[in-house]
Amino acid sequence: MIAVVDYKAGNLTSVMKALRAAGADPVLSDDPDVVRRAGKIILPGVGHFAATQFLEDHGLKAAIQERVAAGVPFLGICVGLQWLFAGSTEAPECAGLAAFPEMCERFAPGKKVPHVGWNSLAIRENSRLFAGIPDGSFAYFTHSWRAPVVQDTVAVTEYGEPFTAAIERGNVMGVQFHPEKSAETGLHLLRNFLELPAC
Amino acid sequence: MLTRRIIACLDVNAGRVVKGVQFVDLVDAGDPSELAARHAAAGADEIVLLDITATHENRGTLIDTVRRTALRLFVPFTVGGGIRTAEDAAAVFDAGADKVSINSAALARPELIGEIGAKFGAQAVIVAIDARRAKDGAPVEHAEVYVAGGRKPTGRRVVEWAREAEQRGAGEILLTSMDSDGTRAGFDCELTAAVSAAVQIPVIASGGAGNAHHFTQVFREGQADAALAASIFHFGIADVRALKEELRRDGIPVRLPC
Repeated sequence: MIAVVDYKAGNLTSVMKALRAAGADPVLSDDPDVVRRAGKIILPGVGHFAATQFLEDHGLKAAIQERVAAGVPFLGICVGLQWLFAGSTEAPECAGLAAFPEMCERFAPGKKVPHVGWNSLAIRENSRLFAGIPDGSFAYFTHSWRAPVVQDTVAVTEYGEPFTAAIERGNVMGVQFHPEKSAETGLHLLRNFLELPAC
Repeated sequence: MLTRRIIACLDVNAGRVVKGVQFVDLVDAGDPSELAARHAAAGADEIVLLDITATHENRGTLIDTVRRTALRLFVPFTVGGGIRTAEDAAAVFDAGADKVSINSAALARPELIGEIGAKFGAQAVIVAIDARRAKDGAPVEHAEVYVAGGRKPTGRRVVEWAREAEQRGAGEILLTSMDSDGTRAGFDCELTAAVSAAVQIPVIASGGAGNAHHFTQVFREGQADAALAASIFHFGIADVRALKEELRRDGIPVRLPC
């Protein structure tokens, strides 16, 4: 079972629709027990990093931590990717999962913010998420905070500065862009995630 | 590199796509879900559906149209027309829209921008501005905001309202030049540049597209982040891919292949 974690941030209709189009039968839930039973977990999200406080307050963070440690494939989207880091200067009081120790920060001044639109991906080799997706493919972004490029970054995008468009370490994965809005490239990535062996 | 977006716009009246010249003389142009899917397959970066007559009685039809259209779309999808409250917006999001475009209602009650943004995120709120230039070579700053489908002047200046919309939390500005709309004689680049320079958020230029060169002009001279066109695609003048190939030859960054 694929659990899509509902933490009351924004509109999840598109994510559910895209997962169905990619061949899944996802369950949208804010129940930690559903998350614990899931073979794969997706944390979508648009909006403010402060919304991730819901995960802590409703026992979802503990459930995700437990399952991720057990090897369940996890995909964070947009704010869901940022949550994999220690936190974000957008809401410093909310701690992320800290799978990666860095902080997410706002884009440096000089460019229009938010970063909205289709931007290209410089894809590193051996990524399972990007298997079969050509380097230089485009994805749809909309965000004002970004994660730094780190060792486990598997796709880099430039917007005034390079930032992490996708990250992957074992079963822990995240994308800053919206695969559900990134046409065939996005559906391909979702299919890759769905085809990973469930834990 | 961030590309310039080409947005296909569907003006919808009672469940059908229509196109007029300077907001009147409507001609039937087809089924919204079919046209949206066709534009997306041809490389449209985004789809906008505007309910141009937006009456209370038509809300059910609109929601149904949005649901049918969203089902087949995996690119960003914006819906506008008749969205007056955060509840109206919620219904449209629930049917599958990613963003809403608000116009008259935002002018009548600017708090609406922040209310929708608080619940769905600023990226989901586009403030649409219908602009008309003052007559006889008056400066571009005097361009005035119109509402009610372009029928009613508001006395507000376009640049100033765009700034206020940004401050109140709009994620993007959709700027339509009513003087250019439907003429196929080119975008109002001067007006677009004035608004683009006044705000930090993306500006979508609309009104007047007739050929690929017009898009190059509005991206270069107008500093538009995205450009919207309707009739240029519907009647087979060009599809999005052909347009993008021309733009790429002009040195404009676009999403290709798509």
